[in-house]
This record gives sequence, structure tokens and C-alpha cells, in this order.
Amino acid sequence: MNVFHFFLQHHEEILELTLEHLWLVGISTLLAVLIGIPLGILSAHWPVWNKPVLGTANIIQTIPSLALFGFLLPVPWIGARADRLAILALTLYALLPVIRNTYTGIRGVDPSVVEAGRGMGLTGRQLLFQVELPLAVSVILSGVRVAVVVSVGLATIAAAIGAGGLGEFIFRGLAMVNNQLILAGAIPAAVLALTADFGLGWLERRLQPR
Amino acid sequence: MKTEHQRAPPGHDDLAAQPCRLRYAGQARFDEEDDEDRLSGLIRDGYPRSFDSNMHPIPANAPVIEFRDVAYVLPNGQPLLRDLNLQVQRGETLVLLGRSGSGKTTTLKLVNRLLNPSGGQVWVNGAPNEETDVICLRRSIGYVIQDVGLFPHFTVERNIGLVPRIEGWPTDRIQLRVQELLQIVGLGREIASRYPYQLSGGQRQRVGVARALAADPSILLMDEPFGALDALTRDQLQREFLLLQERLDKTVVFVTHDLREALRLGSRIALMEAGQLVTVLPPQDFLRSTDPLAAAYVQAFGEGLNSVATRGSE
Repeated sequence: MNVFHFFLQHHEEILELTLEHLWLVGISTLLAVLIGIPLGILSAHWPVWNKPVLGTANIIQTIPSLALFGFLLPVPWIGARADRLAILALTLYALLPVIRNTYTGIRGVDPSVVEAGRGMGLTGRQLLFQVELPLAVSVILSGVRVAVVVSVGLATIAAAIGAGGLGEFIFRGLAMVNNQLILAGAIPAAVLALTADFGLGWLERRLQPR
Repeated sequence: MKTEHQRAPPGHDDLAAQPCRLRYAGQARFDEEDDEDRLSGLIRDGYPRSFDSNMHPIPANAPVIEFRDVAYVLPNGQPLLRDLNLQVQRGETLVLLGRSGSGKTTTLKLVNRLLNPSGGQVWVNGAPNEETDVICLRRSIGYVIQDVGLFPHFTVERNIGLVPRIEGWPTDRIQLRVQELLQIVGLGREIASRYPYQLSGGQRQRVGVARALAADPSILLMDEPFGALDALTRDQLQREFLLLQERLDKTVVFVTHDLREALRLGSRIALMEAGQLVTVLPPQDFLRSTDPLAAAYVQAFGEGLNSVATRGSE
């Protein structure tokens, strides 16, 4: 009952921080998709790029998030504002699942379908946009789903560098040893993650080619 | 003369463009005839085949496909084809026969440039292959493979109509063509709206053949098209292939390892072994051949072959 009262009392602040959280996750996911899908296509079509691209994304993934935020602080334009910094870090983390799933999805297209397409005289672009991407779309989406869910969690840490988001409550609650405050951050974050997971999972199944 | 470099200019993907100018038969006379005449005209009319893919007229007696001292070597140095000299004449069904790894499929893929020769030249429709726009070359050649390779996210209708669509044919014209092709390969109209996963193996390969015929190519390349089918379906499709070939008069290159199929469908059989052409013979002569490899093939397939070999030099 206490938590419920707390939520009612602070609903405006919770809403504001949730929106901030969504913004951080949304922009970084968008950037990761815009960068990651072309990189995934690149490494699927030209095997030379496969190792450097996936290797780099893998290494970024192993950097502890708090350390990454710290590393990026001195970067000129990025370090000047906490939200830029947080978005960049979240984008970097989201890259790996997007790149890897784009790669897997395109490589997973039945080779006979690709051969037939080439043999019929589709240009590289027609093959990519009309055959490979539509057939890989559900695999790519499941990568985006993983990226979003991970980002929702990671974005709470962005509050440590003052980027806002639901992490504000969590860090404040930790400092004040106040469980209600921690829950005010954790519960909406969990709801966000679950909603995104469910929504994207549904889309993934809808777009699954038979 | 177009080069590889020029093959995908901006707008090449524009569906309204007609990059290869693959004309549908009857295009010029579209308004003058009623539907029925146009349909039957499509089937026997041959005028796209008297032009190469750049719309230059081709002399009537020239070989449609010609291999001149062709070699193909893998990037790792392993030779797959050596000294291949072979001519395919207009309207014939040339069967490439040989065991796995003998170079049949490699030979086939050199025709539509899915592979490029390491040495020598392949000529198609009177022009050396490397000087033809590769996309237009492929669109002017039908290609059927064992695994069919239907696009699983397209309906049968879209699968068959894909090349006409990217060639910019009008929609009603494509629909007409799809219906016509379904009928040619013995499928009902209701199949058009189905997806490949809803079809049987035999139906899928029929759609594969229909798709290859869509833009009315003069050449058909078939890589073990009936290899994955059960014996009954295969027999039926072989029979229909012969009827179809009689009617459409395409130049066909057909890959198989099945001597029975080769004897039945081929007007000539090119026997291949270890990347080299052993001999080229009409079916009846093949049965009587003294070539050790040909004889070994005939022996391996046993009795009763004579009745299968329908064509030859009697």
C-alpha cells in the first residue's frame, strides 16, 4: 500500500523520468538499427568484413557499462552533455545484437532462393530489398528486441552520469536506503522492458516468412 | 557495348523502367488482335529469340550457345573444367550427363554467368558473354534448379511474374502471362494465390519451370530439375517436358546424372568426366557407343534403355 501511495504522490515525476528513459532507449536503438543493419549486410555479403565488424562489436559489449560512460566523458562534443553521452554508450551496446542478427538472418536465407534470384537476373539491390531483407526481417527484429530490452536496463545506469531516466529513482533510493524510491525506478523500467519485449515479439511473429 | 560497371545505374531498380527491353510476344500487335489470338501467338511466336539481348538480329543458323576453349579454375587453383568446346543449336535439348563433380553444373552456370570462365569464351546468342550486360543476359535465359528456389514470401503469382514485373510489363499483361504459364505447366488457376509452402514438390517444380518461362526466354537452363522428385512425379514431368519442348521449341541445356532421363529428354547427350567433355552423341548413338565411359554408363543402367531413347540418328 505504501508503494502504491508513493506512486500516486509522485506520478508526475515518474512519468517524466519514464519518458526521459524512453527517449534515451528510443534514440539509441534507432541509431543502432541505422548503423547496425548496414554493417550486418556488409559483413554478410563480404566475408572480409565479417571478423572486424563482429569482433569490434563484441569487444564493445565486454566493456563494463559504467567504465564505458567514464571513457566517453572526455570526448569533446559527446562529453559536453550527459544525455548525448548516454545515447552514444547505449547505441554502442545495442549494435552487437543488431549486427549479429542481420548477419545471421541474411546468411540464413536459403542459398537456392538466392541462386534462383541471381539466375533470374535480379540486381544486387533487388535481391537485397526484395528477397534477402524480407526473408531475414524476423531474425533482425529479434536482434532489435534483445537490444531494446538490454538498453532499458542499461539506461538506468545512465543516471550515474546525470543523464536522467528511471535510474534517478534507483540511485536516489540507494543513497537514501529507501526501497520505495528504488521500486519507483525499477518497476516502470521492468514494465517498459516487458512491453517492448512483448510488442516486438508479436511483430516478429507477424513478419515471420513461412 | 555495356560493361559490368554500367549494369546497375541509379534507377535500374525502378519498376517502371524496362532495362533489358525483354519484350512480351505480341507487344507490337497488342491492339490488333483479340485475346485468343494473342494467347496462342505468345506460345508459338518466336520473335524475341531472333534477337540477342541487345536487340541485334542473330543469323538463323548460328549456335545459340557456344563454348570456345573454356576452362574454369577455382580460386584455390583446383581446375573444374578444361578445354571445353561445345555448341548448342537452336531448338535442341542438350543434356549434360556425368557423375557428381564432373563439371556439368559448372558448365551450366557459365552460360548465365553465375560463374565466369577462367579461360576461353562463352558465346550466347551470337555475342561473347563478357560483353553482354550480365543482368539482361540472365533475364533472357530461363533458369531452373533442383531445389527450385521459389521465393517463400511471394505467392505463386508473384514468383512467376517477378521478371516481367522488374522488366516493367503492365500489370494486366503480367496477370495474363501468369495464367497462361500456369496452364502451360499444368497447374490450376487457383494455385496463383498460394504460397510455395502450400505446394507439393511436383507443383513447386512446375511453378519453377513457369517462372523460368515467364519472360519468354529463348534459352532454358535446367540443373537436375526433376532430381528431387519421386519416380512417378518425375516420370510425369519428363513426359510433360517433352510435350512442352515440342510446343515451345526452346534451346535447352539440361543437367542430369540419370542416363535414362538423358536418353529420354535429350536430342544430344554430352558426356562429361572430371571436368572434360568426353563425347557428344544423339541418344541412339550413345547406346551403341564404343567409348568406354559411355559403355560403362549404359551397362550401369542395365537393360531396357533402347525403348527409352526416343530421339537419335536412325
